[in-house]
Amino acid sequence: MTALDERNDPDPADKSPPDPMGHVPRAARRKEGLAWLGLLPFFVFVFLFMLLPVASIFTGSFQDASGAFTLKNFEHLFRPNILNSYLVTIRVSATTAVLGGALGFLIAYAISLGGLPRPLRSFMSTFAGVASNFAGVPLAFAFIATLGRMGLVTVLLRSFFGIDLYDKGFNLYSFWGLVFTYTYFQIPLMILIILPALDGMKKEWREASENLGASSLQYWLHVGIPVLLPSLLAALILLFGNAFGAYATAYALTGGLINLVPILIGAQIRGNVLHDANLGYTLALGMVIIMTFSIALYSWLQRISSRWVK
Amino acid sequence: MKRRAWLSWLWFAIGIVYFFLPLAATFLFSLKGKKGVLSFVAYEHVFADPQFLKTFGFSLEMAVFTVAAGLLLIVPTAIWIHLKVPKAKPLIEFFTLLPFVIPPIILAFGLIRSFSKPPLALVSSPVLLVVGYVIISFPYIYRSVDAGLRAMDLRGLSEAAQSLGSGWTRLIFSVVLPNLRTALLSAVFLTFAIVIGELTLAVLLAWPAFGPYMALMGRNLAYEPAALAILSFAMTWGAIGLIQLVTKSGKDKSSGIGVGAH
Repeated sequence: MTALDERNDPDPADKSPPDPMGHVPRAARRKEGLAWLGLLPFFVFVFLFMLLPVASIFTGSFQDASGAFTLKNFEHLFRPNILNSYLVTIRVSATTAVLGGALGFLIAYAISLGGLPRPLRSFMSTFAGVASNFAGVPLAFAFIATLGRMGLVTVLLRSFFGIDLYDKGFNLYSFWGLVFTYTYFQIPLMILIILPALDGMKKEWREASENLGASSLQYWLHVGIPVLLPSLLAALILLFGNAFGAYATAYALTGGLINLVPILIGAQIRGNVLHDANLGYTLALGMVIIMTFSIALYSWLQRISSRWVK
Repeated sequence: MKRRAWLSWLWFAIGIVYFFLPLAATFLFSLKGKKGVLSFVAYEHVFADPQFLKTFGFSLEMAVFTVAAGLLLIVPTAIWIHLKVPKAKPLIEFFTLLPFVIPPIILAFGLIRSFSKPPLALVSSPVLLVVGYVIISFPYIYRSVDAGLRAMDLRGLSEAAQSLGSGWTRLIFSVVLPNLRTALLSAVFLTFAIVIGELTLAVLLAWPAFGPYMALMGRNLAYEPAALAILSFAMTWGAIGLIQLVTKSGKDKSSGIGVGAH
């Protein structure tokens, strides 16, 4: 919290003469209660169009087609193809989170503490802002043009090095293709998230440990990693959730033909594959549960890391 | 420290290659529309397709409504919090950041389920699409507006204005909003950049928007999609570039993180 916040903090009520007993005068308290009413439009909107819809998925997954209570939908979650879609989605999300996270971290380190010229940093962080927004359909097209059967890299590798990616089992529309494509928006996202944490690493810590005779390895082991770890884990969770919920990129890349949870849910909504409406809710609920768990873990880690990073 | 600099250069270079190779490949691909020569024929096809203008126009229209509704909801709320109920700030922050972690597919599913029957049967009205877009753009709009409000001394300004005898309307329209100009502009550009290419909500609510149009092109054609990707990237660059331009100094941390648009 900054000084700016503190200036905003005192209540308007504070301007009335203080009660000798230290109580907030009742009139002032009522005034504050009325002031909350000013937020009513916002809360009504949020309730109607965000909380209610998500809650309705929750209730829907406990109902059968006629609306009666049932737990049967959860049995369907363990059908082999559904279980498999969760496993594939988790594998794609975890792989891209780790890959994008590692590359993003190294690039962020290079431009913040790695001694690169200053303009490179602002160029890279601006570009990361753009690239993290370059997702969905156009991103899928870009990777088709790069790694598709007729893509630039595929053709170059084939004609100059005699390596045929597709003969070697690579396919843009399968696991590794998705991983490479998702990593494109994961790297810049990681750069944007982790830069503030790296900026919080004080030069003095490094100098102090060097003066005390610590090697670079010891510095990282005892200072660098412990300080950065909560932010790193929090960032990885965010990247994981980001990939887990991704629909547009996968849809445009594979035409909805890959067994990912968001794609299955989408097919369910569009009503062209599964005809069991309530199974859709259960699929979605599984996703909501994983997301909720990630958010909880994320905010817990954020609280820890805020001790170091201001 | 010096001996490590080459490693930094290496990672930087890898990043540049990863970012620019697909863009270069896409651009080259988009020029191959005519056999044997590089030409802009794919772009000509794109612009000549009446569906292009129609879907783009539709998405543009939705973006305008989204921006209007989003600002109308967020700006008064944010000003009110700063002036009257600072205690509510963490709560509002939480709710405006929530869409970052609610996948659009879940939002779409829930909106369809909740509003496909009376009392609020909105599912066949574009209102539901706009409402969904407003939710998706909450984090961007709120963060921009909040950053703008923090940067000015709202309390001091409002006290000064009121002690000089100006009323609420005067305070908002001649003092606060002019000071929020850059923050509002960056909120507007970001929202446009997100809404115009959005796919998930548009596909699932079955609207002929630009995102689904692009996806359809990708299924049927080879070079035109590459041209569309380049155009769309240029638009994102344009929007972010404009934000950088209006906010000028790099102090503003509100530049967008694109979570949820994927």
